[in-house]
Amino acid sequence: MSYDTLTFIWFVLLGVLLCGYAILDGFDLGVGILHPFLAKDDRERRLVMNSIGPLWDGNEVWLVTFGGALFAAFPVAYATVFSSFYTAFFLLLTCLIGRAVSLEFRSKVHSNAWRRIWDTGFFLSSTCAALLLGIAGGNVMQGMQLGAKYEYQGSLLEQLSWYPLLVGLLTVALFALHGCIYLYLKTEHELQRRAKASITPLFYAFALLYAIVTLATWWHVPHATENIANYPLLWIVPILNALAVLNIPRAMHLGKPGYAFFSSTMVILALASLFSVAIYPNFMLSTIDPEFSITLQNARSSQNTLQTMLIIAGLGMPCVLSYTVIIYWIFRGKVRLEPNSY
Amino acid sequence: MMDVEILSRLQFAGTIMFHYLFPPLSIGLGLQLFLCELSYYRTRNPVWEAAARFWTRIFAVNFAMGVATGIVMEFEFGTNWAAYSRFVGDVFGSALAAEGIFAFFLESGFLAVLVFGWDRVGPTMHLFSTLMVFLGSMFSAVWIVVANSWQQTPAGYHIVWHDVQGESMPRAEITDFWAMVFNPSSVDRLTHTLIGALVLGAFFVASVCSFYLLKNRHEDIARKCLSIALPTSLLFTFLAAITGHDSAQKLVETQPAKLAALEAHFETRNEPTGLYLFGWPDAEQETVHMGIQVPNLLSLMVYNDPTKPVPGMDQIPKDERPPVWLPFQTFHLMVGLGTMMIGVAALACWFWFRQTLDSKRWLLWVLVFMPIAAMTANQAGWITAEVGRQPWIVYPSVQNGVEMIGLRTADGLSESVTAEQVLSSIILFGIIYSMLFAVWVFVLNHKIQHGPESVEALLAHKAGLRPQSMSEQFEQTGKSHGGDFLEEDSQ
Repeated sequence: MSYDTLTFIWFVLLGVLLCGYAILDGFDLGVGILHPFLAKDDRERRLVMNSIGPLWDGNEVWLVTFGGALFAAFPVAYATVFSSFYTAFFLLLTCLIGRAVSLEFRSKVHSNAWRRIWDTGFFLSSTCAALLLGIAGGNVMQGMQLGAKYEYQGSLLEQLSWYPLLVGLLTVALFALHGCIYLYLKTEHELQRRAKASITPLFYAFALLYAIVTLATWWHVPHATENIANYPLLWIVPILNALAVLNIPRAMHLGKPGYAFFSSTMVILALASLFSVAIYPNFMLSTIDPEFSITLQNARSSQNTLQTMLIIAGLGMPCVLSYTVIIYWIFRGKVRLEPNSY
Repeated sequence: MMDVEILSRLQFAGTIMFHYLFPPLSIGLGLQLFLCELSYYRTRNPVWEAAARFWTRIFAVNFAMGVATGIVMEFEFGTNWAAYSRFVGDVFGSALAAEGIFAFFLESGFLAVLVFGWDRVGPTMHLFSTLMVFLGSMFSAVWIVVANSWQQTPAGYHIVWHDVQGESMPRAEITDFWAMVFNPSSVDRLTHTLIGALVLGAFFVASVCSFYLLKNRHEDIARKCLSIALPTSLLFTFLAAITGHDSAQKLVETQPAKLAALEAHFETRNEPTGLYLFGWPDAEQETVHMGIQVPNLLSLMVYNDPTKPVPGMDQIPKDERPPVWLPFQTFHLMVGLGTMMIGVAALACWFWFRQTLDSKRWLLWVLVFMPIAAMTANQAGWITAEVGRQPWIVYPSVQNGVEMIGLRTADGLSESVTAEQVLSSIILFGIIYSMLFAVWVFVLNHKIQHGPESVEALLAHKAGLRPQSMSEQFEQTGKSHGGDFLEEDSQ
């Protein structure tokens, strides 16, 4: 297999890992964002948390593996992306830690104050994590101030400009919507009724932000549409994206929440694909000089490593997918509180 | 203002030491949990099940902490050590990615069944899940220790110079994947690290059970678990000594500077080398204050020959010498604690075998505090290994007769990161980790004080779950057949 083919395969595989992460952790982050709004008493709060109880940890592993795979396949991109987003990523880490321990510790002690602290922690960390992931995505999309030798020269404040913030808000809305449909599937009675009532306003919020970000990208990030302009076949990505978005209210109207969840999954998949199409063949576009950009070519590992890694992925991914399916199957059905629950 | 290098090293050391409190306990506890559950599986004795359910809860709390603090480590390579990441990504990254694919998915997936599946899956599936979680945590350690060992004793790679905007930059690239994985120190360091974790797990269980015996609580469960924890603690402390000795012997070839630092051996002499039992090394004056030395012992330990001299620090260029005081003390602390643990485990096993352990309250109290000794030994071992390799982040080596450049820690930093950023992240994580540590201790103590469920409560809980057979239904309700059952269900 040629070096360039291998490189492209790894770009696609990283996209798969990122999509896997966004789809799976997307709904459990969304559940965290909705937690204070949908659950009214302690039992309901536990139900909401336990709807993702057995799953969130495995979902987060997609991010960890994405990080590891980026490190291995494109070490230069890994080093530059992570060092550029220094403060943002430390805040993201804080959120991920906060979420893990909020879930784990909340119900371990019978005290209202104790539980309220962890409930707040769960909500804040989920929301901020979604926001920060979106902000990082927005920055990568619009390009960053990369100097020669792959070093970031901008400041933290520049990363918080209006465009990345908009993408961050879009991410929060998308994950909340995705999580809301998930909760509708996993709950019953009053809680389910509340989840259902929230889907429509969340959908409008998301659709509005989606339209704004699309227009903003068109106007503010001209290079994002270059690939689509050059390869008209790629129009299929935004078209499928729009169809998936519109299918969410349709499926809810038809009374098929499972279909709606599938649609929101497809929206995430399509948005992530759109993101990949927009940045290709760069990982990070330099706004100082396009020559300084981190590309697939200058960021990749040696051919030998990419090949070895492909074997590792070929052995590992079928296992990963099969036990992911088994575990989702074991924990199918409506969420119930048991002695082992959070 | 302190400089970025010191701060980044402080940050890395702090976050990894904090992280390293949890994975060894998860691995060690994983084995104990698996053995408990295996005993339940074979005997169907509900006491074993109550024990396994209890250790599962403890395990889950600890595992969550390990996962949460572990992600930090993966991010930190890129955030703080970007130059290092570019230099080793080709090699180190693949081990890290293999860890993600082979270990993380396995452990976190089956953890769900282990923790939440007690009443959902059958005993065989549950036992299998426990084994998978344990194996997953072991695989995780395998890849991390492989990656770390490669930095200490690199193999299976070459240096390629890449042109970056007109400047040539070096990068390590894999030539032989298996030579990279099985580099000269991988196997020794891996077995020693894993066994260190298994020691901790065995002593942790022994500690909680001894505490219950001292307080006359949950005695049936405590005795059952001790029958696993005590023999395994003796076995693993003993194996730890053997594997530790093997690791140390390798140093003379692979990292002589580290060996000289561990033993504060400053000057090479043409005579057998002694070994310090204690001392206060002074690198400035190249001497050891208040040292007690056993003659010939170091030569014997390193070469299995009491007369062969061991090379000292003076064989190493001045700017390539590691600090001496810290690795010396942590190494001696680790060895001292290890010896003590063998003694305690042997004594406890002896009295257990004689069935007089209950009356030895002092020994039970010693056992209660042994996890602290095991944890300290693990941490000390880590400091020894990592500080002892300074100033190198990747050791220079010779591959097929060609000398390969190494990477100095000072050259591995992210250029775009400022001291203020690192300092603020240290403060942020200092606060978060202190709080986490307090919460972890609090919740762990809460769980231990609460203890396992009684066997009666467990049986009552399980009876409530089991769908009753039709004859039982009939006996209880007087209703004749299953039709009622279906009707009730549909309401």
